[in-house]
Amino acid sequence: MTTATPDTGRSPTRERPVPARRRGPVTLRQRESRAGLALVAPTLLVVVAVIGIPIVWTVVLAFQRVRLATLRRTGLFGEFTLANVERVLNTPGFADTLWTTLVYSLGSTAGSILLGLVAALVVRRPFRGRTLVRASMLLPYVAPVVAVTFVWQVMLDPQLGIVNNWGQRFLGWDTPVPFLSQESTALATVIAFEAWRYFPFAFLFLLARLQAVPGELEEAALVDGATPTQRFRHILLPQLLPVIALLGVLRFIMTFNKFDDVYLLTGGAAGTEVVSVRVYEFLTARTDIGAAAAQAVVLAVVLIVFVVVYLRFFGGRRAD
Amino acid sequence: MDRDRVETVSLRWLRRLVIAVFLLVTVFPFYYMLVLSVRPIERLLLDPGSLVVGLGELTVTTYAEVLKATEDGGQGFLTFMRNSGLVAVAATLLTLLVSIPGAYAVSRLRFFGRRQVHFLFLAVYLFPSIVIAIPLFVVFTRAGLRGSLLGLILVYISQTLPVSVYMLKNYFETIPVSLEESAAIDGAGRLGIIRRVSLPLAAPSIMAVALYDFMIAWNEFLFALLFLVDKPNRWTVSLGLAQLTGGVEVPKTVLMAGSVILTLPIVILFFASERLLTEGLTSGAEKG
Repeated sequence: MTTATPDTGRSPTRERPVPARRRGPVTLRQRESRAGLALVAPTLLVVVAVIGIPIVWTVVLAFQRVRLATLRRTGLFGEFTLANVERVLNTPGFADTLWTTLVYSLGSTAGSILLGLVAALVVRRPFRGRTLVRASMLLPYVAPVVAVTFVWQVMLDPQLGIVNNWGQRFLGWDTPVPFLSQESTALATVIAFEAWRYFPFAFLFLLARLQAVPGELEEAALVDGATPTQRFRHILLPQLLPVIALLGVLRFIMTFNKFDDVYLLTGGAAGTEVVSVRVYEFLTARTDIGAAAAQAVVLAVVLIVFVVVYLRFFGGRRAD
Repeated sequence: MDRDRVETVSLRWLRRLVIAVFLLVTVFPFYYMLVLSVRPIERLLLDPGSLVVGLGELTVTTYAEVLKATEDGGQGFLTFMRNSGLVAVAATLLTLLVSIPGAYAVSRLRFFGRRQVHFLFLAVYLFPSIVIAIPLFVVFTRAGLRGSLLGLILVYISQTLPVSVYMLKNYFETIPVSLEESAAIDGAGRLGIIRRVSLPLAAPSIMAVALYDFMIAWNEFLFALLFLVDKPNRWTVSLGLAQLTGGVEVPKTVLMAGSVILTLPIVILFFASERLLTEGLTSGAEKG
């Protein structure tokens, strides 16, 4: 950890700081600025190299004719064409995919925040075993996605799954329900999975905020004779709203981009194909890099539009 | 009874009920995973609704099959675990090496572009990884890095970096500046201050960040799938498990044994350090 960039290593503060008046503007402030840049440089380098450049490159690729087979012959600045974008927009199913992604994102966001809110409210006050309950509630969020999607698949399996077995035994279902492979239930199931997996995220933030609500506020309401539901509605909820709004935008963005969950649960079948799964299909199955890039760019643009619109409506209140 | 009394009493019971339901819903899938992994597949086919394992039917052959090398008719998960461990540990260490000075600079030093750096990290954190995946796929194919663990480590660093810098920055900001100033008066240079004052004080938080990075790297799936799928001996546990369903018919019980192997390290790490992690994730969140 001592091997940082050389010019910070030789930091002159090691000697007694001699005021360098004659050489003019090499002030302590400038030294600080230089040290800051040097220390942050490795981070910036990695981010720019592995994320910044690829983003720009995706945009370039979106306007080129590139396939995996012709990759070696295509230069960075080959011919530019609008064909990819056109093809992507005209391919049947694109609008459906976008719509599915939207429903999926909105449903999962709302579901996870709602569950997280309920969970935060019930474990707010101390009780015996609270730490353990809180830790258990975080399990879906920290567990590996591949493992939890498989458990859900097996649980919902029409032959082996416990859900269908118990459903037939105790709830009187006539036939097993293929939750993940029929159009009518697949998307709803995937949304339920997302709400289950990501409610801990909302739960953590809401719980932290709840515990910071000053006790006097509630006590004052109590003295005024407010019932528990009234106290929630008029005291707690207004305090939580900014966090809920922030969670809304965070979860929406993250779900909108999500690939793993849908890919592993259904592979994009039965009306659950979201944009990122489609991009993956173009990239690997059809090895059409240009079209994949164009899809990805459309995804990013749609996302940015949503976020900007959202911030227009809700962003005004947040100072920072 | 007035409304307040009714609400208080009924909410008290409702609260207990809801806690129980949440506990059941979050823990049950993991319990189910464990139970299935130690049952023989024939028993599961006979009685899919059973949730207890009789002592007589308890078996560990599923684990043996998953862990054994492919040459011996197993699924080679030992190799996958080694790969995953290697990638996750390397990515974690390198991320810390890069993010500690970066976070320190962002929290303490006034330099040109400091505010923009902040914004950049947020943007990076939220940017679709599938968008980044395409050119990386192209570059790695060209550079021959596809199928190498090194390329994957590099990508994981970039994935964990923004969160790490953000979390570490919050910690560094809680350390009183006066401590550092007194070290500076005692003649310590900038790096000396970081090493002797800031790092020891931030040690628990650095631990939390390390655990968090490790979990991200261990759990990651998309990039492993894109870069390593052609090279079975380089697969990570996540990828290896996902590929189990694609190929030859593998019994569900074996699949669950693989899932347990993938999940267990994370769950152990998590319960061992739960307090550290939850506080780290949301520190600063209460400011709204």
